[in-house]
Amino acid sequence: MADVAAPLRRWSYGSVSDKIADIVLARPTHWLWFAAFGAASLGTVAFVGAIGWLFVRGIGIWGVNIPTAWGFAIANFVWWIGIGHAGTFISAILLLLRQRWRTSINRFAEAMTLFAAGIAGIFPILHLGRPWFFYWLVPYPNVMELWPQWRSALVWDIFAISTYLIVSLLFWYVGLVPDLATLRDRAASRAKRIVYGLLALGWRGEARHWARFETVYLLLAGLATPLVVSVHSVVSLDFAIDIVPGYHSTVFPPYFVAGALFSGFAMVLTLAIPLRHFFRLHDFITDRHLENAAKVLLACGWVVAYGYFIETFTAFYSGDEFEIAMVKDRLLGFYGPVYWTVLACNVIAPQILWWRPARRSAWALFAVSLVVNLGMWLERVMIVVQSMHHDFLPSAWGNFIPTVWDWITFFGSIGFFAFLFLLFVRALPTISIFEMRELVMEEKKP
Amino acid sequence: MPPVTLTRRNFLKLGAAAAALASGACSRPREPIVPYAHQPEGELPGVPRFYATAACFVGAAEGMLVESNTGRPTKVEGNTAHPGSLGATSVHGQASVLGLWDPERSKAPRRRGLPATRGALERDIADALARFRDSGGEGLRLLVRDASSPTLLRQLDRLVKRFPRVRVHRWDPLHRDRGREGARLAFGRPLEPLYRLEEAGAILSLDSRFLDDHPYRLNYARQFARARTPRDGQMCRLYALESAPSLVGAMADHRFAMSVPAIEGWLSGKNATYDTIFKDLRQNRGVILAGEALSPQAHALVHRLNAQLGAPVSYIEPPREETQPLADLVEAMRKGAVGLLVILEGNPAYDAPLDLDFGAALAQVPLSVHLSLYEDETSARCTWHVPSTHFMEHWSDARAFDGTAAIVQPLIAPLYDGVSPHELLLLLTGEGKGGYDLVRETWRDTDWDGALRTGVIQDSAFPASPVTPRVSPGSIPSQQQGWQVRFVADEALLDGRFANNAWLQELPRADSKLTWDNAALLSPASAKELGVANGDLVDIAIGERRLRAPAWVTPAQADASVTLPLGYGRSRAGAIGNGVGFDANPLRTRAEPWNAGGARVTKAPGRHEFATTQNHARMEGRDLARHVDLTHMDSFRKERPRNSLYPGWPYDGYRWAMSIDLNACIGCNACTIACQAENNIPTVGKDQVIAGREMHWIRVDRYYEDHRTLFQPVPCMHCENAPCEYVCPVEASVHDSEGLNVQVYNRCVGTRFCSQNCPYKVRRFNFFDHTPKDESLKAQMNPEVTVRMRGVMEKCTYCVQRITRARIEAEKQGRRISDGEVITACQAACPTNAIMFGDLSDEKSEINRAKRSPLQYDLLAELNTRPRTSYAARIVNRNPELKDG
Repeated sequence: MADVAAPLRRWSYGSVSDKIADIVLARPTHWLWFAAFGAASLGTVAFVGAIGWLFVRGIGIWGVNIPTAWGFAIANFVWWIGIGHAGTFISAILLLLRQRWRTSINRFAEAMTLFAAGIAGIFPILHLGRPWFFYWLVPYPNVMELWPQWRSALVWDIFAISTYLIVSLLFWYVGLVPDLATLRDRAASRAKRIVYGLLALGWRGEARHWARFETVYLLLAGLATPLVVSVHSVVSLDFAIDIVPGYHSTVFPPYFVAGALFSGFAMVLTLAIPLRHFFRLHDFITDRHLENAAKVLLACGWVVAYGYFIETFTAFYSGDEFEIAMVKDRLLGFYGPVYWTVLACNVIAPQILWWRPARRSAWALFAVSLVVNLGMWLERVMIVVQSMHHDFLPSAWGNFIPTVWDWITFFGSIGFFAFLFLLFVRALPTISIFEMRELVMEEKKP
Repeated sequence: MPPVTLTRRNFLKLGAAAAALASGACSRPREPIVPYAHQPEGELPGVPRFYATAACFVGAAEGMLVESNTGRPTKVEGNTAHPGSLGATSVHGQASVLGLWDPERSKAPRRRGLPATRGALERDIADALARFRDSGGEGLRLLVRDASSPTLLRQLDRLVKRFPRVRVHRWDPLHRDRGREGARLAFGRPLEPLYRLEEAGAILSLDSRFLDDHPYRLNYARQFARARTPRDGQMCRLYALESAPSLVGAMADHRFAMSVPAIEGWLSGKNATYDTIFKDLRQNRGVILAGEALSPQAHALVHRLNAQLGAPVSYIEPPREETQPLADLVEAMRKGAVGLLVILEGNPAYDAPLDLDFGAALAQVPLSVHLSLYEDETSARCTWHVPSTHFMEHWSDARAFDGTAAIVQPLIAPLYDGVSPHELLLLLTGEGKGGYDLVRETWRDTDWDGALRTGVIQDSAFPASPVTPRVSPGSIPSQQQGWQVRFVADEALLDGRFANNAWLQELPRADSKLTWDNAALLSPASAKELGVANGDLVDIAIGERRLRAPAWVTPAQADASVTLPLGYGRSRAGAIGNGVGFDANPLRTRAEPWNAGGARVTKAPGRHEFATTQNHARMEGRDLARHVDLTHMDSFRKERPRNSLYPGWPYDGYRWAMSIDLNACIGCNACTIACQAENNIPTVGKDQVIAGREMHWIRVDRYYEDHRTLFQPVPCMHCENAPCEYVCPVEASVHDSEGLNVQVYNRCVGTRFCSQNCPYKVRRFNFFDHTPKDESLKAQMNPEVTVRMRGVMEKCTYCVQRITRARIEAEKQGRRISDGEVITACQAACPTNAIMFGDLSDEKSEINRAKRSPLQYDLLAELNTRPRTSYAARIVNRNPELKDG
């Protein structure tokens, strides 16, 4: 712990607040931010445009077909919701485990969670043939007295995701309240004071406030913790309850959760490293932070690798001809290159993290994080598409080939995510000010 | 009249008047037509009526009952009483109703491409006739495609009486002249053999396509299926020598892919296989069928061999045809000796033999009149194009292959300004009657109402003549060796007349499963030799004639031989048919209409993208389309349904189920297209088929296994433990009280979860909006079936609308639905009765009898979905003395 906080000895209560709040309030906007924001806005426009065209023309603009009736939309959904895992894991579980080093990364990780889970939530709706009726999946009182069909994993999804989104939002927002008050107090313009003031909900830093805050925060952390496990477990059931080889597997819940953390931590690194670089936050986000994240990445990577191994092993162990055929096709079939890329990205590449200098090198970690992000996305595509394209009856076999609209929608969603994140960086403190102050305080104690 | 103000009463009045006027839009013909006997009297909205009629697609009539919903013909069913149907329908019969409503049909006469009136046509013809009057019709020529209609023959007689020097020519690109010539060689007369396949113990097919495009195909298919039903351990054995993939070869116990010269050589030269097969034919009341590609001498030889075998075949004699060949006409045209040419249907500018150069000769004719459904290639070259009425719009008559006549009865007044061939001929014969009077006069001695009601004219079949073939018909002329080019009618488009029919364009061909294309069919060995794969282009040259076509490899093709289906590459078929596929006619000559030798085939640069509905041909060791040897039927292994911890569905009424007999199924696709017509299934176009989004509710899977082609129709299995049901989040896929998996279209939001979880992949999704936009096509829709919007999943319903119709009838009479009362669309169309449907709760039902068969099995039974649709394995009856084939 000392290692994480050591650089903080240079900092005081005031200077920490200045440093972090100034990114939002005082520091002039860099041209690079504008460049990135421009690119992200283009991506957002493409995303919205692709969605508009989808609604006008129908789901046929994508490459989905029979037999592979699920395509990128579902893969993107699973990928984004996986990314949305790390934030809550860092905030809630590490909070409960009293891992104080989490303090400097939890805020933006939570924002990442929120944006990723929000974008993930869009995809199942886009995926529908008649998206304007998406609310039929929700139990609501209606004159037809019709309820959703509770045996369907998609209905469970609705609950899992909406709960996760609500709790994540609350957790993030509650954690922001003291900092919003700080921004309110420091804001120069009246408009900013009003906006931050409203958002700060009248926080005055009273002892009673702090006492209640601590209770609520801990409670929310407790609530959020099981969700880290439940969301992706439920998502994995979309596949596991099917009878199709490649979907029908009991290993899926833990395998999906580990995969989610894997991609989530990769995304945390993808975001933290540039953030630290451009806003000079090296004292707050230290190499030790990166190293810890790298260790989590390595550990998750091994669970995921175990998942790959056990899937293949079980197929042959079961003796089921359809399972065996599916695995053979996965390794050597039309989508074989995808599988081997997945293995290279998710199993081989992270092994560099056994080496300590790699763990402490921002560049190496950034590269690994990107590779893992790619690998995890390909893994989702592989599971969703490859399992289906060669199922039981050879007569029905067919390939899914993504169309230009599939790609635009996918890259557009990344653009939209960047758009939201860039706005967040400029509008809210990316590092929790009050928690950093606590850390500085603790360091100053004899 | 006081101004109409919009009050409630006025609104209702006007509304009612508008509705009354609109309902008159689909009127019946003026003349009395008589509905089928078993329908209730009087028109009841919502209750369809059936009218018997007939149509010729492959040279003889197919009887049918056409369903009419409030005046709109919507669906074709077979006519049990008609020998050319026996209750079944062909794919062409099924698709013909779409042709009626095709918005691209020609709507008005045109003179040199410009809209003109019927009056102007009558004047033009009258002027021309005035010139012929003195010369007795010298220079007046008629070209017909088919001259079997008794009324047409009567009209031609009258025409000859009026103009003694008129000449009538016949050109049918799918002509059967070689068979006729062969009979003439054998018997001295152009007799037609009528095989009694049902009685045959063994069949040897020499390139015969008796299940594919023979005029009697539906009848033969039924007989064949009966002959193939094992009785006392015996079953008819089928040997097929074939030069092009056919349904016959796919059904054969011993199949030899051989070129036409090889087949003829095999027939004359004795060898071990020949001896073994003929031994079997002699012992088991065998019969030999010869195909059109064989030379007349080979046909004559087959007649003689059949006589020696005592084969179950009789010979009928169609009335003498006073027509002359197309070549004589073209010669006269070129000499300028033709003053007026009237072409009654057909499209000779597209399909006449290349060496005749019909198009150029046509330019020499001062006045030419072309009657056709579409403004096609021939219309464009004629002075006049006259729109023809569809057979559902006019009166005529037609003969089945055995001679049984039927009245072609219209169901609807002509939609456009068309005339029937009879009515056009009236302009030449100068009679002042209508088509109805003409036909009625032809059959004045018969029970007219009875003929219309039953759809056949009793005892009108040609009598069989006892004949013996001459001893020596002459030796078979040797054919050019080397690469052979085989021309066949495309199984869907035939000679191209159905090119604008989207149902047929999108119908997967039985062997290749190709849609929206024809292909140069090559054997795997030939393809390897040429270095081509599916979609690679090949150049085919016979002398100076050459053609570039995309290749398709099929194990059913003979080596060093290429099959080119006709009917494609149309330039003026309509928006659907234009530019689809390649035109094989530029290689086809008068002398070699079906097979040409001495060709050169080479690989050409470039590729073509095919749209096939089945990308994988092998079963990968999975026991899907099962077959069992006749002698080892006891060893057939079937799985028992597994136990479950959960209780089954409670049923207290009907339990619907289906059984598909793979031993009977010949893979003809009639079920697929009947289902399409019945259930308002859209076509999606070539690009969407390539994308894997075809919509057929029942597909016919085709596997190549053990050198055998296996067909397996796959509709929805209606599982007891349905994987689709429990995954639907909105309860759009539900189990009903009678065991059907029903799909609630207006509840479906389109998650496609059900399709993901369906192991049979029988669910179809509306990826785009495929609902018909054209008013004419909307009129074809079955009013009892919902038209599905985009974003909705759909699939086979076991024709739930037919179950409901039967239920209403039964409940009105206070009884249960009796066995056989519900007939699904696929079942009704099937020429071999391979599909059985009924109620499992009725112990004595046919379906229970079928399900008790020891050969019954469930598809993917190991998944324990417990399907309601089950299969009976195909039985193979190999000759133990014959190792190959």
